Amino acid sequence: MASTVTMTVNGKSVTGAVEARTLLVHFLRETLGLTGTHVGCDTSQCGACVVHVDGKSVKSCTILAVQCAGADVMTIEGLAKDGTLHPMQEAFRDNHGLQCGFCTPGMVMSAVDLAKHNPAPSEQEVREWLEGNLCRCTGYHNIVKSVIAGAKAMQG
Amino acid sequence: MTDTGIGASVKRREDFRFLTGRGTYTDDINRPGQLHAWIVRSPHAHAKIVKLDTAAAKSAPGVVAVFVGADMAADQVGGLPCGWLIHSRDGTPMVEPPHPPLVTDRVRHVGDQVALIVAETRQQARDAAELLDIVYEELPAVVSMTDAIAPGATQIWEQAARNTCYDWEFGDRAGVEKAFREAHHIAKLDLVNNRLVPNAMEPRAAIGDFDRATGEYTLYTTSQNPHVIRLLMGAFVLHIPESRLRVVAPDVGGGFGSKIYHYAEEAIVTWAAGKLAKPIKWTAERSESFMSDAHGRDHVTTVELALDKDGKFLALREHTLANMGAYLSTFSTCIPTILHATLLAGVYTTPVIYAEVRAVFTNTVPVDAYRGAGRPEATYLLERIVDVAADETGIDPAEIRRRNFIPTNAFPYQTPVALKYDSGDYFTTLDMSLKAADYAGFEKRRAEAARRGKYRGIGIATYIEACGIAPSQVVGALGGRAGLYESAEVRVHPTGSVTVFTGAHSHGQGHETTFAQLVSEMLQIPMDSIEIVHGDTNKVAFGMGTYGSRSLAVGGMAIMKAVEKVVNKGKKIAAHLLEASEADIEYKDGKFQVAGTDKSKAFGEIALTAYVPHNYPMETLEPGLDETAFYDPKNFTFPSGAHICEVEIDPDTGVTRIVNFVASDDFGRIINPMIVEGQVHGGLGQGIGQALLEGCVYDPKSGQILTGSYMDYCMPRADDLPSFNVATHNVPSTDNALGVKGCGEAGAIGAPAAVMNAVVDALSALGVKHVEMPATPQRVWQIIHDKRTAKAA
Amino acid sequence: MYNFEYHKPTSVADAAALLAKADDAKLMAGGMTLLPTLKQRLAQPSDVIDLGGIAGLAGIRKEGNALVVGAMTTHAAVAHSAEVKATIPALAHLAGMIGDPQVRHRGTIGGSIANNDPAADYPGALVALGATVTTNKRTIAADQFFTGLFETALDAGEIVQSVSFPVPEKAAYTKFRNPASRYAIVGSFVAKGPSGVRVAITGAGPTVFRWKEAEAALAGSFTPAAVEKLTAPSSGLNSDIHASAEYRAHLVGVMTKRAVAAAG
Repeated sequence: MASTVTMTVNGKSVTGAVEARTLLVHFLRETLGLTGTHVGCDTSQCGACVVHVDGKSVKSCTILAVQCAGADVMTIEGLAKDGTLHPMQEAFRDNHGLQCGFCTPGMVMSAVDLAKHNPAPSEQEVREWLEGNLCRCTGYHNIVKSVIAGAKAMQG
Repeated sequence: MTDTGIGASVKRREDFRFLTGRGTYTDDINRPGQLHAWIVRSPHAHAKIVKLDTAAAKSAPGVVAVFVGADMAADQVGGLPCGWLIHSRDGTPMVEPPHPPLVTDRVRHVGDQVALIVAETRQQARDAAELLDIVYEELPAVVSMTDAIAPGATQIWEQAARNTCYDWEFGDRAGVEKAFREAHHIAKLDLVNNRLVPNAMEPRAAIGDFDRATGEYTLYTTSQNPHVIRLLMGAFVLHIPESRLRVVAPDVGGGFGSKIYHYAEEAIVTWAAGKLAKPIKWTAERSESFMSDAHGRDHVTTVELALDKDGKFLALREHTLANMGAYLSTFSTCIPTILHATLLAGVYTTPVIYAEVRAVFTNTVPVDAYRGAGRPEATYLLERIVDVAADETGIDPAEIRRRNFIPTNAFPYQTPVALKYDSGDYFTTLDMSLKAADYAGFEKRRAEAARRGKYRGIGIATYIEACGIAPSQVVGALGGRAGLYESAEVRVHPTGSVTVFTGAHSHGQGHETTFAQLVSEMLQIPMDSIEIVHGDTNKVAFGMGTYGSRSLAVGGMAIMKAVEKVVNKGKKIAAHLLEASEADIEYKDGKFQVAGTDKSKAFGEIALTAYVPHNYPMETLEPGLDETAFYDPKNFTFPSGAHICEVEIDPDTGVTRIVNFVASDDFGRIINPMIVEGQVHGGLGQGIGQALLEGCVYDPKSGQILTGSYMDYCMPRADDLPSFNVATHNVPSTDNALGVKGCGEAGAIGAPAAVMNAVVDALSALGVKHVEMPATPQRVWQIIHDKRTAKAA
Repeated sequence: MYNFEYHKPTSVADAAALLAKADDAKLMAGGMTLLPTLKQRLAQPSDVIDLGGIAGLAGIRKEGNALVVGAMTTHAAVAHSAEVKATIPALAHLAGMIGDPQVRHRGTIGGSIANNDPAADYPGALVALGATVTTNKRTIAADQFFTGLFETALDAGEIVQSVSFPVPEKAAYTKFRNPASRYAIVGSFVAKGPSGVRVAITGAGPTVFRWKEAEAALAGSFTPAAVEKLTAPSSGLNSDIHASAEYRAHLVGVMTKRAVAAAG
């Protein structure tokens, strides 16, 4: 029942064998070795697996790899260019928006998506946007600060 | 202070890899030829296994092996050990039932490990699990502790009458009884400390590996203390000598206590890797985490406080039932006893204290330390009963606390419950919080909220905790089966760069930064030339790991000792090179200098000399510059603080909103304020979660977990929590040379009582005296509804 | 997840043909309920038919005095649509409150209503606004569409194509979320429109229902005060660890009052 799927991941065309039931997150982690995208739950709630598909943040644990045939996927590994942190990544570092780092890739990918259509989010808007991203370390205080700062920095 | 030294908010060095997706968590590791494991778990809380046929599963596609408990038993695999022996009041040792990694004949909680399927892919292993032919004969499940200790209750363990593990007492019973007889007022409260599921965001995972050529086993695991796992698994379970067992705990995605313990899955994959001579990976699904990670808290308590006419505390008495779950997890037995009852003095001068703690087996997941471990439970009961006493005596909650604080000039202070506090200033932290929270202006805000139809309340919690766990001899005298020192090795390389090997483990705490700051400050060399290594038993000589806010107070002190040894040896080398007396050499600004002269040798020159010892005092000194130190603390450390929470309750829905949260803490000396604040925030998030959102609920009859996923277990989200107002007033510890105390658990210890005192205060106009945690909308609405209905009737 | 055959047809007719041919096929729209269900191994379909390849199923357009939303229109698209915000802002508001941002990027109106989760939001909007569901076979009035717990009037082989909402005079949606899952414990959609005043309640019962008593009261006076004293009966309502039937009944009143206030 295996087939192959081709998609663009972080700007490069990739092809791999998948089963129909293979989730995008497993294709990324196991077939492509992109282990920055994490799995923290099995009910599509924690958001550790958030990536961008065709420019929008989605939970890669709740989309099949085959559904992404031809899609443009960006993971946390594709965000920093040439070793320079993306402004949102930089903001998380500057504001101590991460501790254990496990939720961080999903958190950053979600935050980048927010900032793309809301360049100056309020604290409340950030907190509401992050409904689908759980963090157990930070109490969210510094994540919220990071997202606000990162969104601002993204405007250049 | 330099810009990277002690006291500087240096940005974390570990962040780059985490932010770019280049961390290496256990599940990110794949070994060549790796197979995948699925653990078949009990669907029942209590049952006999009457049939277990593996034939169909073994022949499923991709399946390499199926193992059951009998296979492990045939290999003489031992049980998971418990690390702390508690004796009952009658002198008998606790009941310590067997804890095999895979059960053989009976399951005792939903999620108990029944079989292991090993297959080429994870999906194949899981597919095959459904072909396992298991027949269970269900037994009555014992779920609540009060049911468990009732006469005639089903016994989970034959050897544990009335399902009791131990019946422990502590303190001065006669003295307390006398004080209660003579008291002006007695406050009494029954309360529950709700069961929590730790929920580190990274689910547990383990990869067992075996090299047939060398006979060496390797376990990659999500652990807070790889050496402890090596010791427990090697010595007690699999009988593998340390020399042939390597345990690696790479990047670990949060622990909060839940990754301290030696878990069955670690032993299962390591043993099976040996049987098959193949690497085997197991990664928990979140739903498995809910039924296999050790849970936290779960106490049912009665507490009483005796007061004199001026509101001075005369005596405290506690009776607690503490849930152990179905088996004893590694440190389960010391949490409600040694780490709990010894904290009952809190920040107060209460002269006599008595505690009775009965540990109870139930058909639930084992319970062990979770952020704070025994101390949040102590703080919660103490700070709730103090508020009840304040309410009943009409003394303001801030004032009654002040009247009973240990005076600032009374340190070191010997409490009646064994501990000797190092230092503190409870008045100042309380004053800071009162001011930051505008306590004086609260009644105006309450009135304004009332005009909008809302109940507003304010709550104080002043807490103490014992960190820097722990002096080994004290631990040993109290039944601990381990030493709780820490080790460090400071290896200076020939060019003057430094690698520090620490037995502490970082799973979010930022040790790679903080420890490098410490060494940079001591050696006055750039942070960039210092690397911190942890988490691998093949690299780090030994270690006891990270829990109980011990990393800096114990692990940091070991590093300091090792650095001192390096400096002392460097002085000898410098004395030789500079033709001076060793006593005249001082180490300053990165240079070994003859005091009072301009003659000096830089740190790097001394390092090079140690490794290229052409001009060297060879007869009295070995070449090389690599020092190891073990540090055993002489005492615990005692961080303290005052937390104030202000809430507003919507009576229409029962929703409690936190409108302000202030924390003023004393953590002793601080290395990196940014990281410390982050630790406080995280602890507060978990403490508020316990108070308002989280609670593990079992079906009282079937023993099924009703909150077995994020659909039903309420994890704090960003919009559930406020921004926090945190500050510190640091009184250095007098019991370690760094003056540090520890900050990891403070938030989780102080917050629950502060929040619940605020909730009760908000509802006090309705005559509410207590609200159980979590104060969910439903619970709060029901209380308001019942009170209003009763009033109307 | 059990394995299955995956199909991505490019027309509704092809999808219907695949559905007819397979043993036990499931249609997948956004997959926001189906995939979590499959991950938990709670279902084992032989085939999954992904509707994501069919052109023309997504989109929002005004048709006379109605707003027509294509079945594959995502919640995010509805929430951000200028057309929806201008004509039925309550619908945009509702769509913006479903799940989390990532769910809203994938989840669709067609998938939501075909699944008819008792805690879903859209059924309330359809019933309160008197919407009509168009399938590949017929049109179905919202009042007849939602038949029970996870049950709808859809026949085997029937595929939702769009939903047509008559534009109301006033409408608002208020919900009380389950603190853990964030699904609706109680949602109240209140509308005053061509078919009078309607109050549709989701989350509280096995499926969406109209609170007739409140509708009658609001028909007289469309004000929060009109429903202030009403309490919905708790019999037949859902009850779980998060909310008893009694609490839900109470919240039906509170959410309805707030929805009326929000509708203005």
